[in-house]
Amino acid sequence: MATTTSTSEGSQDFYADPSDTSQGRVFTVTGQDWDSISQGLGDQAEERVVVNMGPQHPSTHGVLRLILELEGETVTEARCGIGYLHTGIEKNMEYRSWVQGTTFCTRMDYLAPFHNELTYALGVERLLDIEEQVPEKAQVMRVLLSELNRISSHLVCIATGGMEIGALTVMTIGFRERELVLDLFELITGLRMNHAFIRPGGVAQDLPPGALDEIRDFVALMKKRLPEYAALCNANPIFKARLEGVGHLDLAGCLALGLSGPPLRSAGYPWDLRKTQPYCGYEDYDFDVITWDTADSYGRFRVRLAEMHESLRIVEQCADRLAGLEGAPVMVADKKIAWPSQLSIGSDGMGNSLDHIRHIMGESMEALIHHFKLVTEGFRVPAGQAYVPVESPRGELGAHVVSDGGTRPFRAHFRDPSFTNLQATSVMSEGGMVADVIVAIASIDPVMGGVDR
Amino acid sequence: MNDDKPMGDKPLDDLAQGRPSPVSEGDSDKRETVQQPAPSQSPENVPVSTALTSEGTEVRVVGVRTGMFGVRGPGDTSGYGGLVKPVVFPGATQRPYGGWFDEVADALEARLAQTELTAAIEQVVVHRGEITFHVRREDLPFVAQMLRDDEALRFEFCSGVSGVHYPEDTGRELHAVYHLLSMTHNRRIRVEVSVPDADPHVPSLVSVYPTLDWHERETWDMFGIVFDGHPALTRILMPDDWPGHPQRKDYPLGGVPVEYKGGSVPPPDQRRSYN
Repeated sequence: MATTTSTSEGSQDFYADPSDTSQGRVFTVTGQDWDSISQGLGDQAEERVVVNMGPQHPSTHGVLRLILELEGETVTEARCGIGYLHTGIEKNMEYRSWVQGTTFCTRMDYLAPFHNELTYALGVERLLDIEEQVPEKAQVMRVLLSELNRISSHLVCIATGGMEIGALTVMTIGFRERELVLDLFELITGLRMNHAFIRPGGVAQDLPPGALDEIRDFVALMKKRLPEYAALCNANPIFKARLEGVGHLDLAGCLALGLSGPPLRSAGYPWDLRKTQPYCGYEDYDFDVITWDTADSYGRFRVRLAEMHESLRIVEQCADRLAGLEGAPVMVADKKIAWPSQLSIGSDGMGNSLDHIRHIMGESMEALIHHFKLVTEGFRVPAGQAYVPVESPRGELGAHVVSDGGTRPFRAHFRDPSFTNLQATSVMSEGGMVADVIVAIASIDPVMGGVDR
Repeated sequence: MNDDKPMGDKPLDDLAQGRPSPVSEGDSDKRETVQQPAPSQSPENVPVSTALTSEGTEVRVVGVRTGMFGVRGPGDTSGYGGLVKPVVFPGATQRPYGGWFDEVADALEARLAQTELTAAIEQVVVHRGEITFHVRREDLPFVAQMLRDDEALRFEFCSGVSGVHYPEDTGRELHAVYHLLSMTHNRRIRVEVSVPDADPHVPSLVSVYPTLDWHERETWDMFGIVFDGHPALTRILMPDDWPGHPQRKDYPLGGVPVEYKGGSVPPPDQRRSYN
């Protein structure tokens, strides 16, 4: 067993044990001169090479470990190693109340926190049998936040995907625009990420004053800036050369492997849960399902780009509807379910509202008792199970929520589209070049927080 | 507390004490416990335990909840320590199921009738607008294949499998829950398989739905359900040498007490909590 990095006898890596592999030679590559490695190969350069790429690698889209078997620069086999970001969120949710669950699941797919919250809240609402009672304004706000979130998520996908193939300008402008969306989130929910804002029964708080104007300004600005991406990328010969025909997966492959979202739509099938199985009143909005016919990375890029325009259309319609819903409730009327206090939203997130504290501490004993019971015990959810998927930026995201009639989830399992879609890595990249593996994975857009949960 | 709406009357009170007692001849008209063929005592064939509430809706008892405030023993001054309530899940639904549920069930039954497997479907539960087919585990691959390929069914998309652990549902502790989607007909169903903890084997469906590859590995990793026939059933989220299956109810959450300003807060699974 020879490693090219060993400088002197006795030096050892304190952070990693020597490899246990019993086959072949191990080369530890840590950024030194490549010549020293290729010379070290000597006569055995013909050997098949198994490369571990990641889990700490800037191009693997998170802590994803790729195990690639190479023949020259051609990938003959590709496998994923996942689990490096497993945080036991599902297990933790079983030890918290139903409302606290939103605080956990929002952290799964950290680029689409609202969709995580939404599918969980919809599942709990179905079990509570209050789907019809969720106020209209809460549903419109959910749609608004979901679509803004879709824009920010697609922006990150395009930005990091661009960065991974060396298109740094795409990265900088992508994150520039995403920042605008996060500013809106901060204005509305108090937090840029991990909001815990969509809760069973509605949303946590009404829109703050001036939010609609900000949203309209944002839409106007985005309408100017989104075409910049098209101008920069759509016909860019280098960009197209890297993306076209890479990561090909046709419709049959998508269905067999359970792929949904942009990869499925890039294969030409207009399957979008917002249209086919509408939730939160999506049937009332005017938008188109974007498809492409090339089933490759370029098609997925174009689908995402066009979906952002559609999302802007929906955001505009939400803003118009919200203008007519001023002062309407954003939480179910049932005080046994609705979180008791209207929280105040400050620069550091959601906090206690002084008015509410004055009310429960100084004015009403019943209000205090009620607040105490709901905050400490929470509400009970009738026994049963529900699965209400939503169309997240990456595809079908669903929470299988099981209740045993208690105050905590008996089981909450998230079917995360990143997890499922990542299975296509092998099919998409085997037989191609190493450099195309990066493109193929970027086109799946896996978020490891969602993959590993 | 009227939390558990479907139950609440006489027949369930003694269910709370344990397994449902055999129905005596005298009051069988009132308590139509579904008559299963006498179960052998092996954990293989424990039937679904069912009972009827006063309204005639069937429920499935999977456990018992005692007390109210999470305190046990002499520390319990709440007065609710003696409270005993069964944990009941919605049980088998009688026809008609309503809407397209009947079409799917008819098509499924028609196809099963052509085979030897007429008993493949243990029960059908319709609850909150979702339909669940409880399938006998040995028939699962056949049923799944049929659900995918039959023209009237066409559930071509599988959303994955999720495990659920019911430690008190004796003989049916581990459940594998599949969510299937028919894009052709725009329908969703749930298929559920229950296996005993002592023999946690479920046939793999990877050959029918390749997408289940990772999902089954995750369910093995988290619950210890062995999917027979899976091409490479290894852990996926936990390290390869991890002991135990973390999502099982008997697996502790873990954690350390948190000290704050002189006080100490126990880890979440050891705090007093409502149950």
